[in-house]
Amino acid sequence: MSVLAAADQPTLEDFGTDVWWIVLIKIVGVFVVLVLLTLFAIVFERKVVARMQQRIGPNRVGPRGYLQSLADGLKLAFKEDIMPALADKPVYFLAPVIATIPAFLAFSVIPLGPTVSIFGERTPLQLTDAPIGVLVVLACSAMGVYGIVLAGWASGSTYPLLGSLRSAAQMVSYEIAMGLSIVAVFLYSGSMSTSEIVAAQADGNQLSFFGLDFTGPSWFAILLPVSFVIYVIAVVGETNRAPFDLPEAESELVGGFHTEYSSLKFALFFLAEYINMVTVSALAATLFLGGWRAPWPISLWDGANTGWWPLLWFFLKVVVALFVFIWLRGTLPRLRYDQFMRFGWKVLVPTALLWILAVATMRTVAREADLSTGEVALFVGVPIALLVLAGLLVASRASNRATRIAATKAAAGSIHPTDAEPEVLPAAGPRRRPARPSGPSRAEGGFPVPPMDLKVPPSPRLRSREAVAAGSVVSTGRRGRATTQEEDGDE
Amino acid sequence: MNVLAAAADGGVQIGTGEAVVFWVLGPIALAGALGMVLSRNAVHSALWLVNTMLALGVFYVVQEAPFLGAVQIIVYTGAIMILFLFVLMLVGRDSSDSVVETLRGQRVAGILLGFGFAGLVGAGIARATQDLPVTGLDAVQGGETSNIEAIAELLFTRYLLAFEVTSALLITAAVGAMVLAHIERDPGTRPTQKELSRARFLTDRPQTLPGPGVYARANSVAAPALLPDGRVTEDSFATGIDPQEVDQMPRPTGRAELGTPDASLGSLEPTVSDVPGGQDAGSTPR
Repeated sequence: MSVLAAADQPTLEDFGTDVWWIVLIKIVGVFVVLVLLTLFAIVFERKVVARMQQRIGPNRVGPRGYLQSLADGLKLAFKEDIMPALADKPVYFLAPVIATIPAFLAFSVIPLGPTVSIFGERTPLQLTDAPIGVLVVLACSAMGVYGIVLAGWASGSTYPLLGSLRSAAQMVSYEIAMGLSIVAVFLYSGSMSTSEIVAAQADGNQLSFFGLDFTGPSWFAILLPVSFVIYVIAVVGETNRAPFDLPEAESELVGGFHTEYSSLKFALFFLAEYINMVTVSALAATLFLGGWRAPWPISLWDGANTGWWPLLWFFLKVVVALFVFIWLRGTLPRLRYDQFMRFGWKVLVPTALLWILAVATMRTVAREADLSTGEVALFVGVPIALLVLAGLLVASRASNRATRIAATKAAAGSIHPTDAEPEVLPAAGPRRRPARPSGPSRAEGGFPVPPMDLKVPPSPRLRSREAVAAGSVVSTGRRGRATTQEEDGDE
Repeated sequence: MNVLAAAADGGVQIGTGEAVVFWVLGPIALAGALGMVLSRNAVHSALWLVNTMLALGVFYVVQEAPFLGAVQIIVYTGAIMILFLFVLMLVGRDSSDSVVETLRGQRVAGILLGFGFAGLVGAGIARATQDLPVTGLDAVQGGETSNIEAIAELLFTRYLLAFEVTSALLITAAVGAMVLAHIERDPGTRPTQKELSRARFLTDRPQTLPGPGVYARANSVAAPALLPDGRVTEDSFATGIDPQEVDQMPRPTGRAELGTPDASLGSLEPTVSDVPGGQDAGSTPR
């Protein structure tokens, strides 16, 4: 397998030597793939979320509703394009363009497959690559922030401005966590070029375990689990997706930065968001999930990593990553803004820094002691992972202690499972008025619960309707007519 | 440029692509710099600067320093300028620069001095680099090593002290900013979400304050919310502002115009409320 892989694995020298029409085909191909994946992702998201919410989802347009996003796109194009009176016109016009172009550009360094033959020309299935490959994606996501920030500012309205301020702070913060999470991958693969990172995940490490030789996992998601988790969390924040979709939080900011946008300009934002999702999914596949290489059981087949097959594995991985995005959206509620920023700066960034320190130390130790990667993972990584997991278990049990005790007491039949807490003062503040003594007395515990012996008095309307029904009239009332006729039939 | 490169003995020939990129992006970068100085709106100025920085990043990439180009775009354009924009947007979008001259003739003097300075520096650089042999970054780095490896080697061997001192300086700046902006607060003095929630439920109003109401004709804080019968709710009075009465539309009040609740249940004869628009003023109640 490794011999074949070496033959097909493109190196940095293979790029930049293509004929012009091959380059053109690749550019058009990347563009078409991104647009098609966007259309697919929208329908896929709606269907999956619908399934998670026990609904059917779109099922009208096209076979099983799979052309719904095409219809939506056409509808968006024919809507009225509104320019708000207070908008800063050039910036308002430019913002969606600035959001979309970097989204497309970032995909140019994603490797889709090995060296293949297109009309007799042997060329890697990747638009281009550079020694700084992954940094191109980071630069493009940094540029994408401008689109959102400028859209909010140029709209000349309050909610978009708030949304854009949020997104500026959010995306800059989470970009740091994302960049730090990738550093460990650079350390392991010894390169920043995407194609070489994929090559570094080609062969598993030879593990010798009590005399048994077997091939260990080679994906960086398994070798660098902390990096992978941080990357996944950070890119959800970076792409403004739920539960981190604070720049467009509907319940707080109407639509956030794109409140004032309509028609094709809005469609461009929509497109940019989904392309960003696809790009970070593809980058996750490239950096952590082995790129276009086949996953383990399939990789036993020699032909799995040659020719056009890797395209299939790659897009399967991308779709799985997209599904995780949708899963998160269907499951988690939106975070509060301060919790979100605190999580980014106080949890993600320090963890990433510590992890880089640990990885670098282990790399150095391994080099000095002449250990293989597999041995390091076995003798250092596994014990540390067990220790961390045990620590997390103890910490979570300690923090949930009160709840657990309350649950046990409640299960044993206690009415007041929680300990009586000291009476707290009413919250004071400019918006709080002192409590007036009027109104019904509070129920025990201060929570407004209905009295246990509550009897709902009969409605006076019911009595009057019975009186009307007794007269057996042809009613002109809109309510209760059917009931009246039924009662007539019974008589 | 081609002439200049060809004139230098043993230098690298500057390719057509590089020359084209230079002559396309050079004017764009210059336009960005001029636009940044000339535009009245602060946010527009920042955007022009972003334009120039992007052009510079591409220049670095073209001149065989891809790492520097990427860092230029990620750090300067992506992070620092975003923070600038963040502050500018908080200032407000209508705060354009004042065009009133406080010092007489300073604009003319500024323009003249600026052109003079640009001419001096440009002429100096042009003279200094006129017959310089062009080596190219590749040759300096020593052929095989890539740009990133060359930078890393220099950074962690020869310039290690400068690198560490710079990072110490940056950390000092960050810590200093945090100290200046930090508010000393004893732990536990700030009520937690749980305590705030309990406190809210111990008052007589656990729910939110009333909004403007269905029949409200204004959504200013000074306008109190209305109950369905037209009275104002005292709960919605804003603190510190006298509640203002808003002119109300004539509204149907009383049984005579609204009809009785029983009437909606139906009766022998059609009622006012059964007829569409029957509640309008002028229609006689039954």
